[in-house]
Amino acid sequence: MSDEPQTYGKPLPEPNTISKPYWDAAKEHRLVLQRSRKTGRFVFYPRAVSPFGADDTLEWVDACGRGTVYSYTVARRATSPQWNGDEPYVIAIVALDEGVHMTANIIDCSPDSVRIGLPVEVAFMDVTPEVTLVQWRPLGA
Amino acid sequence: MSLRGSVAIAGVAEFKPSRFTVGETTLGMLARAAMDAIADAGLEPGEVDGVITANFAEAPFMAPATLVEYLGIDAKFAEVVDLGGATGAGMVTRAAMAIAAGLCETVVCTTAARREQRSSRPGGGSFSGRRIDRTPAAEFEEPYGAIGANYGYAMIAQRYMHEYGVRPEQLAKIAVAQRYNACHNPDAIFFGQPITVDDVLNSPMVVDPLHLLEIVMPVAGAAAIVVTSARKAKRLKKPVAWLLGAGEHTTHRSIAFAPSLTHSAITAAADDAFKMAGVRRRDIDLASLYDCYTITVLLTIEDAGFAKKGQGGTFVDEHSLQFDGDWPLNPHGGQLSFGQAGIAGGMSHVTEAARQIMGRSGVRQIRKCEYAFVNGNGGIMSEQVSLLLARSGK
Repeated sequence: MSDEPQTYGKPLPEPNTISKPYWDAAKEHRLVLQRSRKTGRFVFYPRAVSPFGADDTLEWVDACGRGTVYSYTVARRATSPQWNGDEPYVIAIVALDEGVHMTANIIDCSPDSVRIGLPVEVAFMDVTPEVTLVQWRPLGA
Repeated sequence: MSLRGSVAIAGVAEFKPSRFTVGETTLGMLARAAMDAIADAGLEPGEVDGVITANFAEAPFMAPATLVEYLGIDAKFAEVVDLGGATGAGMVTRAAMAIAAGLCETVVCTTAARREQRSSRPGGGSFSGRRIDRTPAAEFEEPYGAIGANYGYAMIAQRYMHEYGVRPEQLAKIAVAQRYNACHNPDAIFFGQPITVDDVLNSPMVVDPLHLLEIVMPVAGAAAIVVTSARKAKRLKKPVAWLLGAGEHTTHRSIAFAPSLTHSAITAAADDAFKMAGVRRRDIDLASLYDCYTITVLLTIEDAGFAKKGQGGTFVDEHSLQFDGDWPLNPHGGQLSFGQAGIAGGMSHVTEAARQIMGRSGVRQIRKCEYAFVNGNGGIMSEQVSLLLARSGK
């Protein structure tokens, strides 16, 4: 993946009023998640409502930044033209210790070393001056 | 109100898939398929009082009205269905609901995909030009290359292998059986091109663990059906395919947020369809299962209740899935070998099941076809629609 901001040609998130705290934190290299005040359960992605009831509210809290690979694939062919030349790369579902799932790339390792259950830690990829993507790497990599 | 026996599929039409179209309009293809299906049912356009279609690029808004106008139909029910690959099966359910509720009597359901070489969509295709897309998928999936469906089904297969184990040869056998079927269907895109398990396993790895020949190839095509009331179906001269059961379940949009990667919403949809029909799994003569990837078929065999969870691979080993085998699957070749013409690819499972029940499938006609189970699957195991079709409406 390109690390030159000026040439970054991949799709970027467009933060909205609901998701802004998440992306603002990522820019500061912090991972935050919404947590249900009623149940204590975490929610991902950021939402305007709690899935646990109309009487519930969500609060932003810092996440521990640890998880495991729930599943993954190694893309041997680009999944979209913007990734041409990046193959092979890993797309994964990470199970965060907080109990939520998140799609990301597993970076800083050989794609063929990734396994289900691999412990991972959060990594922050500053792709443009405005946007930092939340990524994951093998724990201690 | 149960939909059991309330309607029948009386007419079917399907275009021979092609790699590309030249100068076609989706609207024209939708209309031709619709008219063919109406004629196939032995009806006049004036007898059709309902129209169901899918979203299509040329008419991003008011698609049903656009089609109604084009066909010159006076519609008491005009609807668009947006259930991804489950759209075709979902159209049957919605037509049945409208007819059973007395809103209309005869509904034409039509699907089409054009594929112009110049404008064919690259990859996910969402990024040509500026757009305003504030879906969670655009914000939290696409920046990671999680675009299209390949990656999602690959992650399902990977997790399934981790939890239950399935040998690559077993998945490959699903593709091989459907290619065999396609070699008996002159309309199939891969007619005349048989493959072996080794061919599948030696085809390029696209997204681990899925090989190229385990993945559908997009084509252009169209498919349509006519659904009509029990009253009208009984007066038609040709055999019809009766709807005995329907079930539906939708749980997520992005695969990361699916309740499970290995236990899909098919179970709930299929259970409801079988319950409504009063039919047992062992009564099923034909499985018409949405097959965007080999792993999709394996999961469907298990989750629809034909094999225990984790036993799909053994099931594939122990049965022949060929049209002339003991457990006929997708006699037309499935999307894997007939071709996936966008939404019409999902409709092909409905049209083939209906043709088989009507006894009109030619050399690939299965010997006995009283009961067919159809499953439509949309997105990445997102939307599930199960149907029970039968030769008799009783």
